Amino acid sequence: MTGERLVAGALGISVLASLGLVASYVVGPNPQLEGVLLALSLGGLGIAIVAWSQALMDNRISVEPRHPMPSTASERRAAEEAFAPGDLSRRTFLVRLLAGAVGALGAAVAIPVLSLGPAPGRSLFTTPWRDGIRVVDESGDPIRIGDIALETVRTVFPEGHVGSADAQTLLIRVRPGDLQLAADRAAWAPDGVIGYSKVCTHAGCPVGLYRTADHSLLCPCHQSTFDVLRGALPTFGPAVRALPQLPLGVDGDGNLVARGDFPEPVGPSFWNMTHTDGKS
Amino acid sequence: MLGWIDDRIGAASWARTGLRKVFPDHWSFLLGEVALFCLVVLVATGVFLTLFYVPDATSVSYDGPYGPLQGTRVSAAFNSVMELSYEVRAGLVMRQIHHWAALIFVAAIVTHVVRVFITGAFRRPREINWLVGVSLLTLALAMGITGYSLPDDLLSGTGLRIIYSAVISIPFLGPYLAFLVFGGEFPTATIVSRLFVFHVMLLPAVLLGGVGLHLAILWRQKHTQFPGHGATEDNVVGRSFWPTQVFKSSGLALVTAAVLALLGGLAQINPIWSYGPFEASLVSAPSQPDWYVGWLDGMLRLFPPLEGTFLGVTIPAVFIAGVALPGIAFTMMALWPFIESRFITHDREEHNLLDRPQDNPLRTAIGVAALLTFTMLTVAGGNDVLALVFSVPVEGMTTVMRFAVVLVPLLGGIVAFRVAREVGRAEGAPVDGPVTVRPRPDGSYEDVPSDRPVE
Repeated sequence: MTGERLVAGALGISVLASLGLVASYVVGPNPQLEGVLLALSLGGLGIAIVAWSQALMDNRISVEPRHPMPSTASERRAAEEAFAPGDLSRRTFLVRLLAGAVGALGAAVAIPVLSLGPAPGRSLFTTPWRDGIRVVDESGDPIRIGDIALETVRTVFPEGHVGSADAQTLLIRVRPGDLQLAADRAAWAPDGVIGYSKVCTHAGCPVGLYRTADHSLLCPCHQSTFDVLRGALPTFGPAVRALPQLPLGVDGDGNLVARGDFPEPVGPSFWNMTHTDGKS
Repeated sequence: MLGWIDDRIGAASWARTGLRKVFPDHWSFLLGEVALFCLVVLVATGVFLTLFYVPDATSVSYDGPYGPLQGTRVSAAFNSVMELSYEVRAGLVMRQIHHWAALIFVAAIVTHVVRVFITGAFRRPREINWLVGVSLLTLALAMGITGYSLPDDLLSGTGLRIIYSAVISIPFLGPYLAFLVFGGEFPTATIVSRLFVFHVMLLPAVLLGGVGLHLAILWRQKHTQFPGHGATEDNVVGRSFWPTQVFKSSGLALVTAAVLALLGGLAQINPIWSYGPFEASLVSAPSQPDWYVGWLDGMLRLFPPLEGTFLGVTIPAVFIAGVALPGIAFTMMALWPFIESRFITHDREEHNLLDRPQDNPLRTAIGVAALLTFTMLTVAGGNDVLALVFSVPVEGMTTVMRFAVVLVPLLGGIVAFRVAREVGRAEGAPVDGPVTVRPRPDGSYEDVPSDRPVE
């Protein structure tokens, strides 16, 4: 009978594959072989069982009555009576006190959830950049203006904070005459070296791409695009705010330094981000 | 043996009714089962992975066999996943099966939801189980996102960064909530171990409990069935639980596991060594998440740059696109049985017979439109990849998708409505009133509404 043969064949394959699996484990690692053998051993067993149920079993259709979900009216009444508050309904004061006690206990035991994290305070408004702090690259080495070729971009950090997520800054050098910055920020880009926060103002991804053709910074996550020459104003994509510009200067040794923190909060928006007056 | 058990818990009568229980048969009823079997595979492989994974953000130097990363500073978590993949015998295949099982788990749930929606299986008395099901979908997504982030690689770290941004975008609560969840300002050393606790303990406990409840309610209410073959509202027509259904379902479980094993063995997935460890100032381009998160990413990409400040309160674009709209979508989905019976069908009857797509064209149209919205958003989540494939600027791709996400579902919904209605009419769905068939002079026939019921 073909059904029996199919079941027997599938079971046979399964057994062989299982033995092969053990052998492959002993012989050496080979993920492809392990996957295929495991598939054969599971699949053989599965097909055997399905074939068994279809070919060798009584597949009669049965019919079963359905009972309506609602209970009978008398059952419902009995349940309501059993659940009746009885004594509870007369002791309203104690019942309220009981509810209050349970609620107070709940609040008290929920409070330790606050230990999970600090209050945000001013941390979303500030980064480690300060006036006079030196600009360093990924290896912590200070940078001089001459180190940066025209039309190149580098990721830099405040000295002592290499890798900092909120202080990461993009340094780009363009022709000083091409920059169209606000009057009060024009002096922040010595010799055309301009620094913008690398944290996208949309959803916080590092703005990792620079398109030299139109001096645009692009975020690979959601394609927000920022115009480097015009203060990193967004020109396309979902970002609404410009990338904050870092005030840059040069110290007595010729190294690039910050002239203060970013003037606005870096990264994605949050509800009280415009409250930059020192109160949060 | 059976006697020994029955003497102690009196199981014979209960077992007999259970074994005889009738289950209707239709291929689309297997989708939920596939999800269940993926979950079994996820638990089995997941336990194995848990024994090797180290939920620790401490920086270590990678010194395993994978050359390109040797000497790189990585977290202990990343290191443990590398070790699992390259040095633990059968570790990589287990990890890849786990990841594939997760992708197919969510896919099976989504197709199951579509089936339940289109056939109206959520109608009274099954509204509670619909709510349980929507919760299970949400939990499955949460499981996916928390698990995906555990290897602490660059790609998942970027995803985590976006999630953090979505949390801080919530008006008033956002920054506080984000600091509580992440343990401070992103990136924190604690997040990996917290995700681990959620992924291997809290979420699975709730998920497995929910699946138990889902099945218990199904068992109690009995399965729905399609009309025909003697099926009525008051009976169940199908095959008995034992042995047919048990054999078939076990077979399906094993075949599902076999497909997952094949994928896990042959199809590489989440190769974290080519993404590298997470580094806050690095990002990969393109960056695409797992498929079931793509629609959220697409929503963020397509949403226009709109951000308002009202009375000093900023409403970020990310909040509307990444939190509010998805929240509304899930709420609508959860409440759909109540919305439909109250405002659309005005139908509060019990239904055990399923609708076919043509039986309720409006519902079918809404389902199709919702699915197309999801699809368009998912496509938009890969707009940079598509722009590359079609050699068009990504800006143009985004603009096209901004229109497509509104127009395609609208048109698709209208087409689905018309097709469903025509199919229903063609096969003689109930018409508004009784009709008389009358011969025309040219020999053809026409339907004329009758004033009186036909005898």
